[in-house]
Amino acid sequence: MKSLEELRALREKMKSQIDNRSVASTDETVIKVGMATCGIAAGARPVLDALLDEADKRQLHNVSISQTGCIGMCRLEPIVEVFQEGQKYTYILMTPEKARKVVVDHIVNGNPVKEYLIGEQ
Amino acid sequence: MRELALNVLDISENSLSAGARLVTLELEADFGKDRMRITIEDDGCGMDEEMLARVTDPFTTTRTTRKVGMGLPLFKYSAESAGGSFSISSQKGKGTRVSAEYQIGHVDRMPLGDFGGVVLQLVTMNPSVDFLVRVRTDGGEGTLDTRELRGILGEDIPLGAPEVRAFLKEYIQENLVSLYGGRL
Repeated sequence: MKSLEELRALREKMKSQIDNRSVASTDETVIKVGMATCGIAAGARPVLDALLDEADKRQLHNVSISQTGCIGMCRLEPIVEVFQEGQKYTYILMTPEKARKVVVDHIVNGNPVKEYLIGEQ
Repeated sequence: MRELALNVLDISENSLSAGARLVTLELEADFGKDRMRITIEDDGCGMDEEMLARVTDPFTTTRTTRKVGMGLPLFKYSAESAGGSFSISSQKGKGTRVSAEYQIGHVDRMPLGDFGGVVLQLVTMNPSVDFLVRVRTDGGEGTLDTRELRGILGEDIPLGAPEVRAFLKEYIQENLVSLYGGRL
């Protein structure tokens, strides 16, 4: 059974790693997932989970993933916005599978997935 | 919405936009009496009586991009269509409390869904808000308090750090979700 004691041990372990991590946090990419009623009902939660899981698996420390409110195009939800080098990419009608592809192709390899972007359908 | 847990996420987002510092989520289930209750309480900005009276009307919303807001109406409907009841109370400047009760065995009761996942998401994605999550069933009681977690982790390790997230995922599963198992 997981207890808070384990969290204490985890903290000690992580403290020693913090210094090398802060070095890598330049060039941050910001990913936002719309998490209002419209987004949630359209399946934004599994999309967010997939993004977090993929970022964790690939140890992407310079990527920050967060949620936001209604983006304003409810019928195109789930929507994922990627902010990179002053540019905004809006991915629409997302699924967990599409989200994983965006992480691999766009975030890791730098090629935005054109067919999922708004205005490309 | 196909899961009650998604309603919980949605209503909690309201608490966050109301500027809450502490959001309390409670899930109570009494299998003997076939009743369950979900309560979301916050210390956010609250609302006045006039707004409170209109708030479960889908054509009332605080957002500016649309004139409709479906969050509370959907949550209310989920309870009232499943042999239960819904209530909301609020005080301007003090906070809001939303509660929905269900008959567990009602044919139209939505499944609870991934409540643990929703708790994990709320706790790890909102660094400036504290959460107190309580699950109470015939089988026992479990609590998760981010104030306690932050006390242990200190200021330099966020709850959203991948290692902490992995710990919390299991912690929530073992201490909260296991109390009701697959029964909700």
